[in-house]
Amino acid sequence: MAEIELKDVSFIYGAGQPYEIRALDHISLTIGGPAVTGFMGHTGSGKSTLVQLLNGILKPSDGQVLLDGKDIWAEPKKIRDIRFRVGLVMQYPEYQLFDETVRADIAFGPKNMGMSKEEVDARVLEAARFVGLDETLLDHSPFDLSGGQKRRAALAGVIAMRPEVLVLDEPAAGLDPGGRREILTRIRDYQRASGSLVILVSHSMEDMALYCDRVVVLSHGKLLLDGDCASVFSQYETLLDAGLDVPQITYVAAALARYGIDIGRDVYTVKYAAQRLSEKLGGGAS
Amino acid sequence: MSECFRVENLSYSYPTEEGAAPHRALDHISFSVEEGSFVAILGHNGSGKSTLAKMLSLILFPDEGSVWLRGRNMSTDDITEEDVLRARREVGMAFQNPDNQIVATVVEEDVAFGPENLGLPPEEIRRRVDEALAMVGMTEYARHAPHKLSGGQKQRVAIAGIIAMRRSCIIFDESTAMLDPVGRREVMDIIEKLNREEHITVLHITHYMTEAVRADRVIVMDRGHILMDGTPREVFSQPEKLWAAHLDVPQTTELLYAMRQHGLDVQLDIFDPDECASEIAAAISRR
Amino acid sequence: MNLDITFGQYCEGDSVIHRMDPRAKIIAVLLYIVVIFLAKSFAAFGLLTAAAVVLVLLSGIRPRIILHGLKPLMFILLFTVVLNIFFIKGTTLLFEWAFIHVYLEGVFNALLIALRIVLLLVSTSVLMTYTTTPIALTDGLEQLLSPLKRIHIPVHEFSMMMTIALRFIPTLIEETEKIMNAQKARGADFSTGSLIQRARALIPILVPLFISAFRRADELATAMECRCYTGGEGRTRMNVLHAHARDVIACIGICLLGAGVVLLNRFGAYMLSW
Repeated sequence: MAEIELKDVSFIYGAGQPYEIRALDHISLTIGGPAVTGFMGHTGSGKSTLVQLLNGILKPSDGQVLLDGKDIWAEPKKIRDIRFRVGLVMQYPEYQLFDETVRADIAFGPKNMGMSKEEVDARVLEAARFVGLDETLLDHSPFDLSGGQKRRAALAGVIAMRPEVLVLDEPAAGLDPGGRREILTRIRDYQRASGSLVILVSHSMEDMALYCDRVVVLSHGKLLLDGDCASVFSQYETLLDAGLDVPQITYVAAALARYGIDIGRDVYTVKYAAQRLSEKLGGGAS
Repeated sequence: MSECFRVENLSYSYPTEEGAAPHRALDHISFSVEEGSFVAILGHNGSGKSTLAKMLSLILFPDEGSVWLRGRNMSTDDITEEDVLRARREVGMAFQNPDNQIVATVVEEDVAFGPENLGLPPEEIRRRVDEALAMVGMTEYARHAPHKLSGGQKQRVAIAGIIAMRRSCIIFDESTAMLDPVGRREVMDIIEKLNREEHITVLHITHYMTEAVRADRVIVMDRGHILMDGTPREVFSQPEKLWAAHLDVPQTTELLYAMRQHGLDVQLDIFDPDECASEIAAAISRR
Repeated sequence: MNLDITFGQYCEGDSVIHRMDPRAKIIAVLLYIVVIFLAKSFAAFGLLTAAAVVLVLLSGIRPRIILHGLKPLMFILLFTVVLNIFFIKGTTLLFEWAFIHVYLEGVFNALLIALRIVLLLVSTSVLMTYTTTPIALTDGLEQLLSPLKRIHIPVHEFSMMMTIALRFIPTLIEETEKIMNAQKARGADFSTGSLIQRARALIPILVPLFISAFRRADELATAMECRCYTGGEGRTRMNVLHAHARDVIACIGICLLGAGVVLLNRFGAYMLSW
């Protein structure tokens, strides 16, 4: 599995101008296995800036971004190759669809990679399968698809490049609960099938809890918390202060503790809470 | 109490390409909304909830059936454009994308846009704008450029624009869908305040359960039909039905439901974490 | 995110100039431009430079911001200076090498023309863009042009269009950047290849941008309709423009400045040739 390392990275918007904004402030971080890493943070925490640094859309003002130990900006002319290796799906990616057919749109990335026609066709079909886009839709205009289908077509456009690292900025934003679950499950399944490294940005702790192995929390351009879901979410007061939403179930667990039923501070999914509670019940009954 | 909205036997199909079966967005829907109530309309994407909102705000007109606004049938043939314009003065509408409803380059100028269209005298507009901005907590941003605000703040400006027109009824068409958790909280607090303190009739269209539980009444839409209609407690105590419609239930309900499967005697219609914990604790001690 | 949009950059403030009636400012700027073009002599330019300094001080705008605004002009300035130095013929030869002749008059001319450009930019931006919100400017323009309504020129509609354009330019710039980045992430290349290749590379940006702009326009139209917009008829304004004594004084002041410039042109040490 690929590994990305940030070495003391800072990023400043409008450097040298009266209104400069320091979006990232000396971040050092290694992202490799485990498979799915989540980035969380309030709006303006720097998480969207961070993901754009990972594939060289933005260049750090200071510090280095290393992919498998090599500085991605070592040869600025070859930054395109980095972008093929680190795929980025931006927020509301359906707004980037442009071609006449869904097929041609998904093929945009692979074509830019200089693949043969057969290879491109194979990649398109593979990517469409991964995101669950019916083959009959491939010859439609992308603008005739439903909202959820458009989102998946845009995702396929990045997956078709078979990136070693797949970075997704709020892939489920604006979707209804069903659509959310579907797209996140597809992403996780893709990770398992391809063995690539996945980085997921989200506001939602529920999503993080269900789909990520490791969570990195950013606040005001700095690293706030880093660890597995249990260790990060057990510090929910810190998360609340950082402007994030804590799942209701975590509050239920805290309230239960006050009633003398301690199921732990690291409760962040209903399933887990129910399991802990039933263990307690089993113990109590005997 | 008097009636604000009533829809009778409402149907609507979007025009489709030739040959394709027409997609029926609304299929013979009837219900009415009392003046001063807070109604959440819940449904997954494509359930017809946004079409319904466009009908109620007279942007779309039904194929069949009728929309009544304050006892007046707005779907007869003799309704003129003039009548529609007059009716729009009673119903405010907030949309999903906060960017695409702000007209002016300065916050207070945007809030003034509606009252200006009503032809009010300048002093009256000033008063209403200041009042509306205070109500949504945006007074300090009055002279700011809207494009530099956060999503939640933009949406609050848009709401202030409606308040300044003194609408007694506001429809929120997925106004929280594009916001982050903080923005969503800000906007929901204002919506609730408008209803509780200003007695404005609110129709809130959403797919977030945590927002729907704050309403007096929840209407659940599924494939153009009304699937459920009742208080949040009545609606959310039937999780199987909601899951079948691709919707979630509040996590408290989900946990209580799981506990019931484990043989605990608990109620499902509890949405407050504290109450939920106390219900579980009580059930455990009863065993 | 945070883009550097100097276009119509308004600087928050509460100075005398900020508070001037936008109509008066538009008239004042027009007068000022005439005055600047009247100036021919060093003495006249001296007076105008002093006036510009007073203007900047009155506006309370930080000089750093004004200097920053001059940056994009550097090329034009340099170009005019070079053009004048090398091509103006005069009587006092300063320097000669092969076919290059530099006359004293050329140097003077270059200096004054450069000064003219700087003065034009500084005074118009201080009087208008930095101290007037775009919306006040369009309002002022709408009112100044309102007599044209009588001959059926849609003045209100034009000003509404201007307002909406100003409102959406930053949004669309931001959107363009987002789309560009998204396509770059899929390997789009905007900087190499022939002219035709580069033009073709713009399609993946322009198509989504236009579609989004149309969608925005559509949604905005609905939103405006829901807020009872039916055109200019029967519409009132929250901010009614009032001309104050200071507005009249400012315009008279600029006329006096013009008189001073004309007078000083006679005593100038050097007369600008064009």
